[in-house]
Amino acid sequence: MTDLATRPSRVTPDAARVNRWGWWYFAEYQIKGFRAFAGTIVATALGNPVLYLAAMGIGLGGMITQQVGGVDYLIFVAPALLVSTVVTTASGLGMWPIMSGFKWEKYYFSAGATPLTPGQIVDGQTVAVGARLLAQGLVFWLVGLAFGAFPDAWSWLVVPIATLAGLAFFAPLMAYSATLEDEGLQFNIVGRFIVMPMFLFAGTFFPLESMPSYLRWIGWISPIWHGTELSRAVSFGQDLSIARIGLHSGFLVTLLVGGLALSHRNFAKRLIS
Amino acid sequence: MSTLQALYSRNATAVLERGFKVIRQANWGVIASGFFEPVFYLLAMGIGLGPLVGDVTGPGERPISYAAYIAPALLATSAMNGAIYDSVNNVFFKLRYAKLYEAMLSTSLGPLDVALGEIGMALFRGLLYAMGFLGVIGIMGLATSWWALAMIPVALLIALGFAALGFAVTSYMKTFQQLDMVPLVMLPMFLFSATLYPIDVYPTAIQWGIMALPLWHGVELMRQLSQGVITGRTLAHTSYFVAMSVLGIAIATRRLTKLFLR
Amino acid sequence: MVAANVAQVPVIQARSLTKKYGDFTAVDAIDFDVEPGESFGLLGPNGAGKSTTMRMIGGTSLRTSGTLTVAGLDPEQHGPQVRAQLGVVPQTDNLDEELNARDNLYIYGRYFGLPASYLKPRVEELLEFAQLTEKAKSKVNALSGGMKRRLTIARGLVNEPRVLLLDEPTTGLDPQARHILWDRLFRLKEDGVTLVVTTHFMDEAEQLCDRLVVMDAGRIVAEGSPASLIRQYASREVCEVRFGSDRNEAMVHQLAGLAERLELLPDRVLLYADNGEDVLEGINHLGLNPLTSLVRRSSLEDVFLRLTGRSLVD
Repeated sequence: MTDLATRPSRVTPDAARVNRWGWWYFAEYQIKGFRAFAGTIVATALGNPVLYLAAMGIGLGGMITQQVGGVDYLIFVAPALLVSTVVTTASGLGMWPIMSGFKWEKYYFSAGATPLTPGQIVDGQTVAVGARLLAQGLVFWLVGLAFGAFPDAWSWLVVPIATLAGLAFFAPLMAYSATLEDEGLQFNIVGRFIVMPMFLFAGTFFPLESMPSYLRWIGWISPIWHGTELSRAVSFGQDLSIARIGLHSGFLVTLLVGGLALSHRNFAKRLIS
Repeated sequence: MSTLQALYSRNATAVLERGFKVIRQANWGVIASGFFEPVFYLLAMGIGLGPLVGDVTGPGERPISYAAYIAPALLATSAMNGAIYDSVNNVFFKLRYAKLYEAMLSTSLGPLDVALGEIGMALFRGLLYAMGFLGVIGIMGLATSWWALAMIPVALLIALGFAALGFAVTSYMKTFQQLDMVPLVMLPMFLFSATLYPIDVYPTAIQWGIMALPLWHGVELMRQLSQGVITGRTLAHTSYFVAMSVLGIAIATRRLTKLFLR
Repeated sequence: MVAANVAQVPVIQARSLTKKYGDFTAVDAIDFDVEPGESFGLLGPNGAGKSTTMRMIGGTSLRTSGTLTVAGLDPEQHGPQVRAQLGVVPQTDNLDEELNARDNLYIYGRYFGLPASYLKPRVEELLEFAQLTEKAKSKVNALSGGMKRRLTIARGLVNEPRVLLLDEPTTGLDPQARHILWDRLFRLKEDGVTLVVTTHFMDEAEQLCDRLVVMDAGRIVAEGSPASLIRQYASREVCEVRFGSDRNEAMVHQLAGLAERLELLPDRVLLYADNGEDVLEGINHLGLNPLTSLVRRSSLEDVFLRLTGRSLVD
């Protein structure tokens, strides 16, 4: 036993290196953690596009004989489904796992006891989630191609767009989850009163304009709608002015940056007190 | 006789009593939120998608509005979801983490008491959601027959079938990863069981596959009742759920016996 | 069933009781009786078969062979009836975390089919017994480890059981909490409740048990009261000496003649004798200079070491 204490140290942690790369160390750790759930992740990533495209695109589309947004229903709904499923996954990752990192598994506290800063932990967590969303979006897009649901050459851009929309929702949610200290019942409310309406009322299955005007605001504040509008433009060339492109992207980037800033603050409060 | 004696002490009501004590202290916001899920679907799809779809062929070949078409299906789905939530997620937690059943089975309760009591609690939640949603259907004028009132007991029957089966399946689960697989079964069942569109858009083979699934029977049964179209099929759908319930309770009891009395 | 009769026959009787899991024999043909009102201990290390024996008594584990009766009934055939007469305190608390302390007791009583009119006053009595009256409305998670343990024991008493089964009642508790708990268990003993206790703590067995069996690898290796076991299997005193981990073994042959018996452990040498001080003097006389030394009375720990050649807590 005495050996351990008196032996001269063979490594010296390099503070400067941690300063630069700490966010990546944490991201790497989180991405490795996804492996335990590899079965579910792959099943979800493959299952989502196959099921939703077959059900909504072909099944529901079979009942809608008129063109929607100038194209067949499958082509209209596919980019929106991609964005919606990616944002839904992001919302799941922004709730229980964040709370668990503070409350049950406490991985934020164990990371916080190393040279990593709270900010680096937040950034690393976001990068890890982003990587997973990107992969999920890519699988959806590839499956969608097989369905003939993404006609334009630029349609691959739906993948980064969906990832951005996902992170735009993830970041503020992470900031909120980091403040919760009780059992997390609020997540049921978030899931049912925010995520679900966002999915249903945000122009995913029908143009937002076919909603009565008093319900349209749900779309306007939903990252899903902003992501969907952008993705429809690149996927089948739905008309979108430069101003609208700027507006949608700006909205998503603002949510992401604001959410990250809040997360930095809330993680620091929780980890250093 | 001795086998039943070892399994059952006619005291499932004590398990129910526990459930009600817990639910009374539970967060009512969370419980109520479950009610809104089908309502949101009905509003979004009915209002937003309805105009794009137009009228649909309902039971008895009558044309009905798209909202009237999906409303009973959403009620069946809601009964399913409520029952599965209680009999899968909650049961899993009590079984593997809280060790609640271990404690129950060190008293004079037998495994059948526990299974019946827990399934009973799942039905209660199903009943609440069914009554609420039927109210919405009524207000929106989407039911055209007094038979629609039968949708409440039928929602209970659907919930019973799913709760019993859910309990049985959960007793085999060991990890959270397995728990995560449940939505992967529920989602396609919801998407394909003639909930949002008729199954005749698919080839015959796939149609047969869908018709083997419980939710399809629940959806068809509810749709018939909402329009007051009662046929031989009504009985077939009902029998499906009776059989599923009996089978589920039998498996659940056997599994509890195997897990805790070995 | 005639009440007078019941008081005279053993409350629990096991003959050739055996439990196998596949090839592994957890409990290997053990025999024992537990008399009414006695405090009976199953002592042994983890994995000795104590908990399995407890679970067979409660009818929640099915034996492979042998016979077992609890209050004259076979727990496998009459699980609910047998458990109705038992109080079970499992090794890890399995309190209902969704209920407060009071409701934990009340609902548990309902599981026995007991009426509310009996349970309402009984629950208050038990809260008092467990010194938890002020915590009656606290959720389980808000209670300390010792409080949870007391609540679990109180819960086991809700049906006024003839036998209380306690599986490792104080494992994981701090010394103060253990003493409070022991005090509560003494009171039950005084009230005539039959206690069956498993433990791997020697001091606990000495404190609580009138009679105990020592189990190792599924078998009973000795039986008797704590004092008689110590008399039989150990000397009156022990002298413990340490020479440092690399030297203990080398010292053994030089120490050999000094005591009745000698045990070499990785970290120390134990010398058994009626007078430990004499032994220590002898060691010093030889100029062996141990790093530390200690003379103490023999305990069940020494009995176990003697019987199995292993120390109990490792």
